Amino acid sequence: MTWSEMQPLLSQACWDTLYMVGWSTLIAVVAGLPLGILLVLTDRGGLLQNVVANKVLGQVVNIARSMPFIILMVALMGFTRWITGTTIGREAAIVPLAVGAIPFFARLVETSVREVDGGLVEAVQAMGGNTWTVVRKVLVPESLPSLISSTTTTVVTLIGYSAMAGTVGAGGLGDIAIRYGYQRFETQLMWITVAILAVVISVIQFAGDLAARSLHRRGGRSGQAPTLRLLKARQPAADVSNAA
Amino acid sequence: MITTSGLTKVYRSRGREVTALDGVDLHVREGEVYGVIGQSGAGKSSLIRCVNLLERPTSGTVTVAGQDLTALAGRGPRAGKELRRARSRIGMVFQHFNLLSSRTVQDNIELPLEILGKSGKERSRRALELLDLVGLADKAGAYPAQLSGGQKQRVGIARALAGDPKVLLSDEATSALDPETTRSILQLLRDLNRELGLTVLLITHEMDVVKSICDSAALMEMGRIVESGTVGELLATPGSELAAALFPVDGDASGPDRTVVDVTFHGEAATQPVISQLARTYNIDISILGAALDTVGGLQVGRMRIELPGHYEDNVVPIGFLREQGLQVDVVSPETALVKEGAK
Repeated sequence: MTWSEMQPLLSQACWDTLYMVGWSTLIAVVAGLPLGILLVLTDRGGLLQNVVANKVLGQVVNIARSMPFIILMVALMGFTRWITGTTIGREAAIVPLAVGAIPFFARLVETSVREVDGGLVEAVQAMGGNTWTVVRKVLVPESLPSLISSTTTTVVTLIGYSAMAGTVGAGGLGDIAIRYGYQRFETQLMWITVAILAVVISVIQFAGDLAARSLHRRGGRSGQAPTLRLLKARQPAADVSNAA
Repeated sequence: MITTSGLTKVYRSRGREVTALDGVDLHVREGEVYGVIGQSGAGKSSLIRCVNLLERPTSGTVTVAGQDLTALAGRGPRAGKELRRARSRIGMVFQHFNLLSSRTVQDNIELPLEILGKSGKERSRRALELLDLVGLADKAGAYPAQLSGGQKQRVGIARALAGDPKVLLSDEATSALDPETTRSILQLLRDLNRELGLTVLLITHEMDVVKSICDSAALMEMGRIVESGTVGELLATPGSELAAALFPVDGDASGPDRTVVDVTFHGEAATQPVISQLARTYNIDISILGAALDTVGGLQVGRMRIELPGHYEDNVVPIGFLREQGLQVDVVSPETALVKEGAK
């Protein structure tokens, strides 16, 4: 295969991957953020303490998290068809990707939000704030650096999942690597795909870390390290947390 | 201004019951600085949290500025609208400041005003005014992480005052600060109390805090208030633990034929230089064994332990002179057990 043959294939695949990952990330964040916050609020001692709701939510998240993505994809076929009218193609792949990422992101949100100092919540309550004020003015803004890191982790995970989605006809870089590289022995194309994936993931991780760190520098509360760092630029971010 | 009656708080966890507050009756007058002192675990924190119902008391009532807050509580752990409105009129400062790290100093102070639904222009005007009041006018755009502990607490105080409260609750506000900063923060609280007529209820484990700014104090032990009153009242109470801790005097007689006397200064009498008058009038030598005195508003407040030559029988007249000056005099017997002469 010559470069002129590969080039259109690759650019289409790149676009497909970003399209799938972009939409599913958006859905995962929109749905996972409130879910994660609810997991904290309904917990024992939370502002909306509700042990039953908490247990149910937690179990749903656990079940969804424990399912291997490839199984989830197959299991959701009916649901996918109901939503998009098809089970093939990048639009169809968004459904299982989003469903898989929602509980994943929700757990990360839960961890981030739990780290917010309870004293801040108390301070806002003492000012006369209600639960919604606490969420809007304290929990989300105070955990924002950590939430951005969680989003980065989710995007990176979704890129991995999207390669699996490729195996059922969703297109994307993973699909190219398997179909051309593995099944047709186009080793060169496979390695190019892998290289592109590595670059994409590095760029995303770098951008995410940068965003989280810049917010962190501004705030500079006790260090909440981003959850996953593939490309770790060990810059003196540590001194920020000691400034207090 | 703040009255609690029969306030009880019982924590239940895994079948165990811990009584944090056991029938606390507290009365804080308008415009005074009231200190509740006690060791950790005495229930101070629970008490101050019950005042604005951050903790819901198990029984008893809390009245702030004539409003019965316990009646507003509603059911369940969530605070109803009325209670939230009442809370917005009670300022609170915290040991660990509790400033939002994601907001600038100014935005932190604006937060309570946002909750009150004030307009942007009004919020920033008020925030800058308050920053000026606490002496941080140049720090409006800084983030809390860039401030020292004392500056953070000043921001905390400015934030607590944003909603124009009549009452300020201070939860160990100086316990995380060094002694010098503690003094300046206490001075600020004192100034605010005087200038704005702010009623301050503070809890602390440091006797110095009570000594330097409180008009009244209460001692808490095991969830109960053991002693309470104005500093003068406490001093006048023979055997008061709080008075002894506030104004500790020590020292034993230097010989067998000496009389040791504790003199308590409070009220108008304390303006006279009584000790030198005593020495001149009766021509006796007086040794001062120990003294803990403060001058508050031109009046001397505190206690002094003096030694007079001769036995008690020889000193009846000088002691009578001291009592005539309006001082409280307790004779310490040779075994240093307090003879409660002053008790009526």
